Amino acid sequence: MATLSCGWSNVFELPKTHCYTRPTNMQTETASKAPVIQGVRYFLAHTPGLVQHGSKPSRDLMLDPGLATDLASHLRSFSEAAAYLPNRAFLGGIYPDELLKTPRPWYRLNGEYPRWNPHGEIMPEEEFYGLLKIGDSFDLVWLDEDFIKDILATFADHPLISKYDLEKLGQGHPNLKIKEMLTESAERLPLQLSDGRTVGCVVGAHDQDATLTPDVLLENLSCKVSAAMAFRTLMSQLGTDPNDIPYVINCGEEAVGERYQRGGGNLAKGIAEMCGCGNASGSDVKAFCCGPVHAMVMAAALVNSGVYRQVAVVAGCSLAKLGMKFRGHLDHDQPVLEDVLAATAIMIGEDDGISPKLRLDSLGRHTVGAGSSQQAIMKCLVSEPLERLGLRFGDVDKYATELHNPEVTEPGGSGDVPLLNYRMIAAMATVNKEIAKAEIPAFVEEHGMLGYSPTQGHIASAVPFLAHAVDRIKAGEMERAMFLAKGSLFLGRMTQLSDGMSFILEKNH
Amino acid sequence: MDLKNKKIIALGERDGVQGSAISLCVRSAGAEVVLDVTHCFV
Repeated sequence: MATLSCGWSNVFELPKTHCYTRPTNMQTETASKAPVIQGVRYFLAHTPGLVQHGSKPSRDLMLDPGLATDLASHLRSFSEAAAYLPNRAFLGGIYPDELLKTPRPWYRLNGEYPRWNPHGEIMPEEEFYGLLKIGDSFDLVWLDEDFIKDILATFADHPLISKYDLEKLGQGHPNLKIKEMLTESAERLPLQLSDGRTVGCVVGAHDQDATLTPDVLLENLSCKVSAAMAFRTLMSQLGTDPNDIPYVINCGEEAVGERYQRGGGNLAKGIAEMCGCGNASGSDVKAFCCGPVHAMVMAAALVNSGVYRQVAVVAGCSLAKLGMKFRGHLDHDQPVLEDVLAATAIMIGEDDGISPKLRLDSLGRHTVGAGSSQQAIMKCLVSEPLERLGLRFGDVDKYATELHNPEVTEPGGSGDVPLLNYRMIAAMATVNKEIAKAEIPAFVEEHGMLGYSPTQGHIASAVPFLAHAVDRIKAGEMERAMFLAKGSLFLGRMTQLSDGMSFILEKNH
Repeated sequence: MDLKNKKIIALGERDGVQGSAISLCVRSAGAEVVLDVTHCFV
């Protein structure tokens, strides 16, 4: 196989043999192997042109098309999104605590705007549209032929885009043809840049199937390709041969399926295929925003039991959440900050003596009968595991909870979500008589952090801090961190229950 | 405030107080809950 400029094998060519080959990372006998987190990487795509297709903007624009001008005038440029400090914290360019030193509003600050950060890249929307085509196996995405020529030039320098990927872009279609397609049928969705230029469209796959409409397919495809980019970044930086990956768990929230099995799933295999993991199998884990933590625990258990030596957990973006609070942002005359799609990939493997351990004896579970108050949830996720392990609240260096950026949520009236959670944890420490009531703010500052994650649902739940924690623990600057996530099961109208799950990540002694 | 015989709409929030918790409180004060919803605003 050829070697890419990033130094890993050309993983995007599937093995020539189609018969089963046992990956070297798959166990042949059962064993007990302590699971560690070998690496975590992220991916952001700045997609202002897709904000109009977010659930809230698309509904509001249908009711009031006049909003489009106001919305367009509040979209950010790529350099503004790349320089935005919360995005840089998400991608590892700065440590989250550095945000404490920087007064808000953060969106007014102009600084460095690196595309490549220690934990991943932020991709411009033009290339993301190309990525949609690369991940499209059913000719759902039609791109303008001149636009394809432009992105071919920019993709040529991308270390994680292969020659095989570029071939998948094809020749494209005349712009006139795309405009005809959009005029002919409402079952097509325009792909526009933030300047309003139409450079392609997404077509539906069945005219009577509500699960295969172009808007649903765009959400699913975006989830797939963003997760694939995070996964490629991870394998590239770990030096992992994709053919060695035996199992992939996807925990993105999109319901991939069709009319007879809505949400049928296993996007994991589609993501693995796009990353050249020819020997991998996979499946999806669904638990709303709590999905990634459930998936990590399952992956760790698979490694611990000896079924696999390595399991990748991947989670793609949530396009529906673009512009979710845009009305609040417009009311406050601030940029529409929900203009990025986010994804993550996490590698869990056997103990290598270096990487931080995911302690399977530290799990916190919000059980069916636990009750739905915040106190009940936090008791399950924080107090009980600490008590079980004989740890005090202060023994956890950092708690990673819902890390939604307050600059996004507050103008929409949703408050500062991380702060609410940290105050609850601190309050429980006071109930345990570990700290005095007056010490709550100091505890929150020391053991919590400001929110910096894009409001991308499951992506914002605890996992944005994972790569920072791995770095700090490996560098000897942190002993342990707790990751806790909550899921809003009641939104699906099948139960009034919430969900929650937690674990502790600890230094490998 | 006397909630007895009042009709209540309980709007809860995932990271704050959930609708079901609000309902339990106001019912104990004699109110009738006509709608109980919990939302997630993120």
